[in-house]
Amino acid sequence: MTSKSLSDDKPVGVIGAGNFGSVVANLLAQHRQVLLYARDPKAVEHINTRRENRGHTMLANVRATSDLPEIANTCDVIFPIVPSQHFRSVIRQLSPHLHPYHILIHGTKGFDLTLPEGQTIENTAKLNRSHVKTMSEVIMEESVAVRVGCLAGPNLSKELAAGHPAATVIASHFNEVISLGKRMLRNEQFQVYGNNDTVGVELAGVLKNIIAIAAGALSGLGYGENAKGLLISRGMVEMIYLGRALGGNTKAFLGVAGVGDLVTTCNSSLSRNFTIGSRLAKGETLQEILATTDEVAEGINTIRIVKKCADYYKVRAPITNTLYQVLFEDLTVHQALRYLMRYPLNVDIDFI
Amino acid sequence: MEVVEKKNKNKKYKPILEDIPDWPVYQLSKNRKEFIESVAQKSLAQIKELRPTTKQLLDELQTTVYREQQRMKRNRWRVDPVDEPAFWAAIKDELVGLDAKPSEEAQPKAEELMRRIVMRYANEIAGNFKASSYKVTREIVKFWFARLLNGARVKKFGAFFRNRYTLRDKIHIVGKAKHLRNLASKGTVIMVPTHFSNLDSILIGWVIHSLGLPAFIYGAGLNLFNIKIFAYFMNSLGAYKVDRRKKNLPYLETLKLYSTLAIQKGAHSIFFPGGTRSRSGMIEKQLKLGLLSSTIEAQRMLYMDTPPGEEVRKIFIVPVTLNYHFVLEAPDLVDDYLSVKGQERYLPEQDKYGSWQLLQFLFKFFTKGSNISVSIGRGVDIIGNYVDDNGNSLDAQGRIIDTRDYFVSDNQITIDKQREDEYTRMLSQKIVSEYHRINRVFASHLVAFVAFEMWQKMHAKLDLFGLLRLPEEDQVIPYEEFREACKRVRKQIYTLKEEGKVYHATHLKGDIDLVIRHGLDNVGIFHLKRPLLLNKEGNVITKDFNTLYYYHNRLVGYDLEKFI
Repeated sequence: MTSKSLSDDKPVGVIGAGNFGSVVANLLAQHRQVLLYARDPKAVEHINTRRENRGHTMLANVRATSDLPEIANTCDVIFPIVPSQHFRSVIRQLSPHLHPYHILIHGTKGFDLTLPEGQTIENTAKLNRSHVKTMSEVIMEESVAVRVGCLAGPNLSKELAAGHPAATVIASHFNEVISLGKRMLRNEQFQVYGNNDTVGVELAGVLKNIIAIAAGALSGLGYGENAKGLLISRGMVEMIYLGRALGGNTKAFLGVAGVGDLVTTCNSSLSRNFTIGSRLAKGETLQEILATTDEVAEGINTIRIVKKCADYYKVRAPITNTLYQVLFEDLTVHQALRYLMRYPLNVDIDFI
Repeated sequence: MEVVEKKNKNKKYKPILEDIPDWPVYQLSKNRKEFIESVAQKSLAQIKELRPTTKQLLDELQTTVYREQQRMKRNRWRVDPVDEPAFWAAIKDELVGLDAKPSEEAQPKAEELMRRIVMRYANEIAGNFKASSYKVTREIVKFWFARLLNGARVKKFGAFFRNRYTLRDKIHIVGKAKHLRNLASKGTVIMVPTHFSNLDSILIGWVIHSLGLPAFIYGAGLNLFNIKIFAYFMNSLGAYKVDRRKKNLPYLETLKLYSTLAIQKGAHSIFFPGGTRSRSGMIEKQLKLGLLSSTIEAQRMLYMDTPPGEEVRKIFIVPVTLNYHFVLEAPDLVDDYLSVKGQERYLPEQDKYGSWQLLQFLFKFFTKGSNISVSIGRGVDIIGNYVDDNGNSLDAQGRIIDTRDYFVSDNQITIDKQREDEYTRMLSQKIVSEYHRINRVFASHLVAFVAFEMWQKMHAKLDLFGLLRLPEEDQVIPYEEFREACKRVRKQIYTLKEEGKVYHATHLKGDIDLVIRHGLDNVGIFHLKRPLLLNKEGNVITKDFNTLYYYHNRLVGYDLEKFI
């Protein structure tokens, strides 16, 4: 075995200068030189001259660039952190410059959807795992990189930036990727765990967005902690059922990226998913909400995709199904809640 | 009325290496002594790494001696050397009291004993390729096959000595034959065929020869060497010996290193990655990862050991499927499978065949229209990327990949066992999916699949074992219904072919009645109890559910059940 020194002079790449991207870049910059990709040359200019991005002060070790090939050519380790809708196209642009020695650890919680020509998510008859991919699967499909991993866990950008204690999970089939990620990210306030079930961890991170919308709705209705406890525990069970149908193992859901992330998201009134749920509960429709926000809430897309997958794989997913009706049909949040409370299911735990 | 296969285009190929002395396998046997020496040396080093302390090494020695003595007591074969008991007794004697001694004293002694053991194993495993006997064997096989074919087919006096038919008319080689020849001259080829029958290795040997490739080495079960005549053939074809009775660590390490080092030396090899013959008749889904991982290891070592500036020899994996109408051992194989799967729910019937049946089979095989086809897949590199004719690995977009980069961390090649295990898993998935893709569907597979699934559907409440226990004589499928179902499934097979997910034999096309007829005539053709027949009314019946299930399994995994 060879060991790698952290003083290695190759910089680490981060793709995507959003909120989370900036935070990850700063975390990495505590150990290494970081090359941060932003699509917009103005943002690059801003970061490099003012050392600031989206309200985060960027560390001196971070240099921004709008040259995607440069990232692949100078960095062996790259963290793509881009919204799931753009993920595939970014990897496609990057792909000609990637080699099998590259290590990619992504931090995107969402699904990629590829449908046959002429079909949309609204009119497609069925949806299964041949259409729905996790981000690590997108990387493997679009490039020659095989040493792929993902970053997931209760990581609210604001708290990380403020240096509050937190933890994350790096999931990969390759121990090499996990130990490298650990060494690069870990610091006194930030604990890093490893997991070998990449897809399971990715699914946990994606599926919890559904429950986050539900948590927002409960809070919008003015309910308290009992209701939240009920939602989190039943939501957990639903996530596990869905996760197993989509190719993950139960274990991943019980860890930091599963239960940890779920509790955090359901308690955080700041998250986009939570806000949407809360506004739905106050009587606004999806159109009205979307008209007044420019940021993407991954949860809405997730519900749409997961509902159809649950139909295909015949998984019972009452929370996802009723939220789907609230969002895209004319069920109100009150009716949805009434339906769920009458749902004839009284086994607490039957998945272990 | 026989459905005619499209005119066989198989042509004769010139050898890619003219002289046997150029063959890697010849080189290997010429330097046999040094090669065995280096296998033994590396195995010893490997064992020392796995058992680092003196105590562990001594424990390993004791276990090995114990197991070997048990084996000799319980299960001795004719092929086992006579000096075996003496050898192990001597080792045992020298082991006595060694664990009481201080480790500085015991360690060199233990290493010496271990060295003797792995040396013995390496000698036993090593093949014994002889150019002269290879040539003789080749001629014998060619001569007798031709005699059989012509004597049986052309019914005229003197036909026995004609050369109208050759084996090439009987065995169809389809797929990427030229590509394979290219790869064999560019690098080292590891052929990974599916394994259904004991005939497979002979068949593959013939295919390799008729494609003009140099002899491949392969691991043959030591039990086959019990029979003298077999031993002669095997030795001449470059086989090395695998003894499945020996499961001890020194043996397994030596065996693995033997194949790894041979590959590294450029010897083309054959692995049956399924491990043993498919018991259920399904295409293998679970592969033995040990042999595949030695391939990956060999490639990494080649990258590490080749001096800079020299071209590194690449390793190519070529999946091959063997397609039969009939598998001689089918009834036994499926019995095995069912008794393991069904435990007490399954009671096997005794139905053995003797050597008379074997002769009958051989005669019928050569006289009747039961053809065999061998599909050669496209080569892949050690990670599962397709390679082009020049041996370049390609990504999904057709860009060239440098395979070396898979082993690189921080600009240098590193040894990472866990990483290579993961690569092995990826490679094995790729091979399995290639098997399904290059599989050639025969009419007999179609009819067996449709009939079995229809019976399953008629008795939806029965599980597999319930179904297999039904009295065969009561079960009839009306021909019309059967015909419609066959049409639907065949149509789906066409669709799958369009999508590049499977191939089918040319005889599958055309009038469905003829295709069904061809299928019924051929499915499990020489079994005492035919899996599928028409009764007097022209409806479909079976004489043996078990073998029907076996032949049906060939098409499992394509989601064709919905079309019944």
